[in-house]
Amino acid sequence: MANSDCIIIEGSNMAECHPVGFQWVMEAKARGATVIHVDPRFTRTSAMADIHVRLRSGSDIAFLGGLINYVLSNKLEFREYVVAYTNAPTILRADFEDADDLGGLFSGYDAEGRHYDQGSWQYEGVGTSAAAGSRAMSGEKRGRETSAGDTHGGHGATIGEGEIESDPTLEHPRCVFQVLKRHYARYTPEMVERVCGIAPDTFLRVAEEITRNSGRERTTAFAYAVGWTHQTKGVQIIRAASILQLLLGNMGRPGGGIMALRGHASIQGSTDISTLFNTLPGYIPSPEATAHPTLEEFVADNSSATGFWGNMRAYTVSLLKAWWGDAATAENDFCFDYIPKITGDHGNYQSVMDMIDGKVRGYFLWGENPAVGTANGRMQRKGLAALDWLVVRDNVMIDSASFWKDGPEVLEGEWKTEDIGTEVFFMPAATYVEKDGSFTNTQRLVQWHSKAVEPPGDCRSDLHFAYHLGRLLRERLAASTDERDRPLLDLTWDYPTEGPMQEPNAEAVLAEISGYAVGDRRPLGAYTELTDDGATASGCWIYCGAYAEGVNQAARRKPGQEQNAVALEWAWAWPNNRRLLYNRASADPEGRPWSERKKYVWWDAEAGKWTGEDVPDFEGTKRPDYIPPKDARAQDAISGTDPFVMQADGRGWLYAPSGLVDGPLPTHYEPQESPIDNPMYKVQSNPTRELHVRPENPFNPSGSEPGSEVYPFVLTTFRLTEHHTAGGMSRTLPFLSELMPEMFVEVSPQLAEFRRLEHAGWATIVTARSAIEARVLVTPRMAPLTVDGRVVHQIGLPYHWGGNGLVPGDSANDLLHSALDANVHIMETKASTADIIPGRRPRGPALRALVEAYQRRAGITKETGTR
Amino acid sequence: MAGQHEANDPAAASGWLDHPPRMGFLTDTSLCIGCKACEVACKQWNSVPEDGLSMLGSSYDNTGGLGASTWRHVAFIEQTVPAPDPGGGADGLRWLMSSDVCKHCTHAGCLDVCPTGALFRTEFGTVVVQQDICNGCGYCVPACPFGVIDRREEDGRAWKCTLCYDRLQHDQTPACAQVCPTQSIQFGPLDELRERAADRVEELHERGEAGARLYGADPGDGVGGAGAFFLLLDEPEVYGLPPDPVVPTRDVVALWRQTAGAALMFAASAVVAFAGRRR
Repeated sequence: MANSDCIIIEGSNMAECHPVGFQWVMEAKARGATVIHVDPRFTRTSAMADIHVRLRSGSDIAFLGGLINYVLSNKLEFREYVVAYTNAPTILRADFEDADDLGGLFSGYDAEGRHYDQGSWQYEGVGTSAAAGSRAMSGEKRGRETSAGDTHGGHGATIGEGEIESDPTLEHPRCVFQVLKRHYARYTPEMVERVCGIAPDTFLRVAEEITRNSGRERTTAFAYAVGWTHQTKGVQIIRAASILQLLLGNMGRPGGGIMALRGHASIQGSTDISTLFNTLPGYIPSPEATAHPTLEEFVADNSSATGFWGNMRAYTVSLLKAWWGDAATAENDFCFDYIPKITGDHGNYQSVMDMIDGKVRGYFLWGENPAVGTANGRMQRKGLAALDWLVVRDNVMIDSASFWKDGPEVLEGEWKTEDIGTEVFFMPAATYVEKDGSFTNTQRLVQWHSKAVEPPGDCRSDLHFAYHLGRLLRERLAASTDERDRPLLDLTWDYPTEGPMQEPNAEAVLAEISGYAVGDRRPLGAYTELTDDGATASGCWIYCGAYAEGVNQAARRKPGQEQNAVALEWAWAWPNNRRLLYNRASADPEGRPWSERKKYVWWDAEAGKWTGEDVPDFEGTKRPDYIPPKDARAQDAISGTDPFVMQADGRGWLYAPSGLVDGPLPTHYEPQESPIDNPMYKVQSNPTRELHVRPENPFNPSGSEPGSEVYPFVLTTFRLTEHHTAGGMSRTLPFLSELMPEMFVEVSPQLAEFRRLEHAGWATIVTARSAIEARVLVTPRMAPLTVDGRVVHQIGLPYHWGGNGLVPGDSANDLLHSALDANVHIMETKASTADIIPGRRPRGPALRALVEAYQRRAGITKETGTR
Repeated sequence: MAGQHEANDPAAASGWLDHPPRMGFLTDTSLCIGCKACEVACKQWNSVPEDGLSMLGSSYDNTGGLGASTWRHVAFIEQTVPAPDPGGGADGLRWLMSSDVCKHCTHAGCLDVCPTGALFRTEFGTVVVQQDICNGCGYCVPACPFGVIDRREEDGRAWKCTLCYDRLQHDQTPACAQVCPTQSIQFGPLDELRERAADRVEELHERGEAGARLYGADPGDGVGGAGAFFLLLDEPEVYGLPPDPVVPTRDVVALWRQTAGAALMFAASAVVAFAGRRR
């Protein structure tokens, strides 16, 4: 980011939530970059920005679409880059119909099942089957019950077989470029103002800054965080930014790109190594119970014929060898049968509903505090209260471990402790300074940390707990002859332990993740060495090489001033220690840097290889003029000018022919709960959003639905520097608690006057789910917007509080619903609606009475919010 | 250090013969993102206790100000700037943040009035309280023109920033400067910091930050210049800093001279009076 000429931070409060990373924004600023912050609130990030753009929560696609339209209608795209590196020239099928023509829906929509048949979204000339990754299950079933995420394992979706047709002049009416132009034509500055509440001159100033700072000589970067992902269209917001960055030629280049700021320490690592139900390590999709009885069927169904995902079998077999070692043989399908298979959605919200419905009996919480940290806290607690047993591993006694005695429902007398049957096992956990291990940060950098002190008392590392739990289970089952115990008994569970506590050696785990040659245990250097015949083992193919040459590459600490700015010898980044993905795009099609100023990776014709400041993200000796033969597979099918090597066509996707359940192009839909009707289309909200219609999860009426005036204000949640997520690691510490000691609500002076809210007094915030109280912070940093001709007030709530710790307070998550982005099952914490009234909330039964009185007044039924 | 002018070398003035250069802080508030890492690191390193758990309603400041148990304090000032906003923000808002700290004055009032010698001048030119000597008399409290030093209710003794004297003795950066993610808090030899600060002000002026100025950098000011000085973006009063701080002991020599003169006069009159009576 330090190399950026312009940085747009949107959907992120980077200075507050990533203060350490933010130093690079400050560095860019010191070098003359323009910093723009787009956010409903004026935050500490806005304070550092050159321009703060206030927009209505939930209107990001309208804003980004406006920028795309500005680029296209003023011909400001980086034409050479767009033609060579994106799918702009690709011609689409004749039966594709755009949302522009269908009132907000794309062709293939089935209103009954609320899903898309994606056949018509495909490229002209390629297979027309349900090409979205898995071809075994219909798009319908995938979209409703699981997600695109497990369909594609997070990698580029496959495209059908056949010859792609394209028009490099970008004039063909059905080429992606022309479709894009038509789709975004209605995203005018006037429409942006109407939807987002952004004045046209402010919008134009941003548009000019971004375009002025893009091209051969300059680059613009985007940074986002959960302000984008926590919406019922989160994936599409990120897609919109991707389209803009591809059009401007900012992907794969220094100072460009889109920085996905992850939510907390090593959450990137946990996604990579896969704590999600729908992926295996390295974004290999989870196999499905009925569709994938064998490895062959699994691979055939999910791998891509072209691009690096063409090697998915090698990645999968190496994973199986890492897990089951000698037991995994070609004869037994490398124990593929041992992997638990998914049968639908097993995500967080589905699991909680299954708890309430008695389908899930036991639960492990590792470093998670859903009783206050997850949307619709009441529903979460209801789920926990319905369990037989619950294991909580945390540093401190968190709210999720004590809800049965001090949760809001118990304190207000609604539930009785003696009626809650959940047996809670609290296992104290070691903190990161009390154990060895690695953090994978937001930019895929794997950094090793060493234990500084022994954990106190009974506290143990997660590795210790997992390893010894496995060891004990294996010991108890050692004599078992039951087939179902084989997966556990055949595991390679032989990590060396050390010290009086028998702490497993974390480096041995990293070595296994990185991988080795099965024959001689020689450590592997790169994922390109992985084979599909069982000769290699790697616990996570993208981490292959993290332990190259038997050295912990993540522990490297060569100071920055002793190497170039890319600092390849500081720790290790996946894949293959590349610091900037798709960096082939930093050179022109002939392999020359686009400009001296933005030189990064280039083709050295004399040496016959790619070289530069970073590890080239391209096959080292593939010439820029390489044209793949007709029947080429995997990476051999990627030409010398196609930088996006993980994609089946090697191109950056302006248009996504498959891979997303809610449309090939980002389209503005209103949040699940909005004060207005969608000004852009007939369709109100994302038509494929995942709705949990249950008594625990009522929705506020939206737009012109009767009763929406009962919850008239936009509600958004946020984080503070002073606290950590659900507060377990900050509300318990005096030095952090004193800095932000009380739950508060941010309101504008105008709303304070309108609702008679007193600064530093109390207010009660009400939604269909619950009501909470907070101290009032009246600040000009909040301001009403004029949206669709009316004044819209916004309310901001930090979500760090709960009943436990030194500074207890009500939890903002109690107010939120669970309507999810169907691609990824992520809730909408960033844009909903609420009412706010002066004074503290009622105690005892009067609290639910207040919530229910609101529900009645708004006429809420199970139909509300489902249109 | 030889050759250093006394005004800039309080260590020598206090009798340190061979001593390191004067060390200090430049707090460049134009770089402060208000993360409060300085407050936390300071408390953690120096074992300073928690200082109250209530919301002040003063923007994001819940610390209030420097005190016996707050040695770094980040001020948050929300300003509505008349349009067109010079900072460029569409809504004419400016949010100033600034991390305050003990100034480690060249002429330190607290040190001057300390009757026990608990407060002393270190070899780095900084001012430190020796907790095992402090008797809690509290003379130092009103002697500080910035209201920095204070006594703890629990033990009565006076406490303030030591500029991490223990870390300095081991060639380490003070905790607050060490953790500052944006280099808003810079630590180093005071001479270098003053030079760097002057350049930075010029740079900010060129960028249109007309309000950028230094505070506490002038050896000619009422405290003889501060060892910990600031780059501000607005008037000092905006940040809660006195515009023209003067060490109360500045005129003490002249005062004593006058007092001594008056005493002599009294004595002389008395002698004359007694002499007269005897007669």
